Amino acid sequence: MEILTKNMISVKDFNFWYGKFHALKNINVVVFEKKITAMIGPSGCGKSTLLRCFNRMNDLIDGTRSNGSIFIEDEDINSPNTDLTCLRKRVGMVFQRPNPFPLSVFENIAFGLRIHDLAKKNKISEIVEDSLKSVLLWDDLKDKLNQTALDLSLEQKQRLCIARTLVTKPDILLMDEPCSALDPIATERIEELMQELVKKYTIIIVTHNMQQAARVSDDTGFMLMGELVEFGATKDIFTKPKDKRTEDYITGRYG
Amino acid sequence: MHRHFDDELNELKEKLLRMSSLVEDSISLAIKSLRDRSSELAEKVIHSDSAINILEIEIDELAVKLLALRQPEASDLRFIISATKINKDLERMGDHAVNIAELSLELLKEPPLKPLIDIPRMADLAQKMEKDSINAFVNKDSVLAKQVCEGDNAVDDLNDQIFRELLTYMMQDPKNIQRALNLIIIAKNLERVADLSTNISEDVIYINSGKVIKHHFEE
Repeated sequence: MEILTKNMISVKDFNFWYGKFHALKNINVVVFEKKITAMIGPSGCGKSTLLRCFNRMNDLIDGTRSNGSIFIEDEDINSPNTDLTCLRKRVGMVFQRPNPFPLSVFENIAFGLRIHDLAKKNKISEIVEDSLKSVLLWDDLKDKLNQTALDLSLEQKQRLCIARTLVTKPDILLMDEPCSALDPIATERIEELMQELVKKYTIIIVTHNMQQAARVSDDTGFMLMGELVEFGATKDIFTKPKDKRTEDYITGRYG
Repeated sequence: MHRHFDDELNELKEKLLRMSSLVEDSISLAIKSLRDRSSELAEKVIHSDSAINILEIEIDELAVKLLALRQPEASDLRFIISATKINKDLERMGDHAVNIAELSLELLKEPPLKPLIDIPRMADLAQKMEKDSINAFVNKDSVLAKQVCEGDNAVDDLNDQIFRELLTYMMQDPKNIQRALNLIIIAKNLERVADLSTNISEDVIYINSGKVIKHHFEE
């Protein structure tokens, strides 16, 4: 039985430009709460741009503009009243290459707590432990908390970056190619971790790897040249896509 | 490491087990309807077939989903491919149970041609093969699966014997032909149940070891 789910992100008639380049064309999509939504498509199709609109990371680039709307629950994130710090706390992001701070393992996690003043000093250790446990790093790293995070394996770094994102208690996790720097075994373990995290968080993943989208996601959107060609349950997109372009892409006939 | 995928494979296995228990019930009720001359039981078999058909579609859809989304390899791949075959074999067995139930309704319209002796024996054998093939699947028991395959000859022999005996009834008196023919077709349906059990057992051995034993292929 399908359980009714709540809309977490609602994108309506959304357009986005980098200067004169029309990067997102009239996007309409709903991302459901506590589901994994994957965005697939060839390079330059706009999937990362769309992801970065969800926490307004694109604001950091000059000459961008947009119209249409993006709501997270009932908050219009492009309204002038939006507090960007709050937005980015609520919508955490994990990148392609793990980018831990050049600090200790402990301080990497504690950093977000300190700058947002989220926890009393005596609580910080507890929260660091909990978040390392939630990404299944605690047992590996509990004796290495004071070592620099830069010496960890790539997979451990990526897990650490996920844990770092979780301490600000986000609702949404954006993952931009989170496994593309990892080997297949580490990839599989991050995918298993995503299945645990989705019990608490809404996850949106952008990936070049169609098989990964198939394995991990509940819903999948296929994008092409700035358009969202098709969006639906992953099992439908990968077994009976409606649009010929989706069919061609997932069967490897594209281009 | 526990894989999320394992939960999905278990779901597939559980659905197949539910399917097999429905089919098992259908076959034993169909045979009981014949033995006890009960139209009520026969009707029950005919009506319960739709549940089997629905489950067949569900299992197929789940298997297609897992193939498409999980790109299974090695034992996972063998399991899913074989699950679709076992699914089809079970559904077919359910159809044979319906055939037997329908024929048993036909036979009820007239007095018994003769006391049934070999058909119940054949039914017992076929049913045991069907149960054993499913047990072999559940317990990954290749030895039991092999035994099921070897039991098929006994059922074939009984089928021939039943055919010859009923032929003499038909030659004796043309009035016997309809009933004798119905009994022959019932035996044929039981023989098919045994064959399908053999197929399932062959799939079990393939799942467990990757070995293809059907058509004496790897001997």
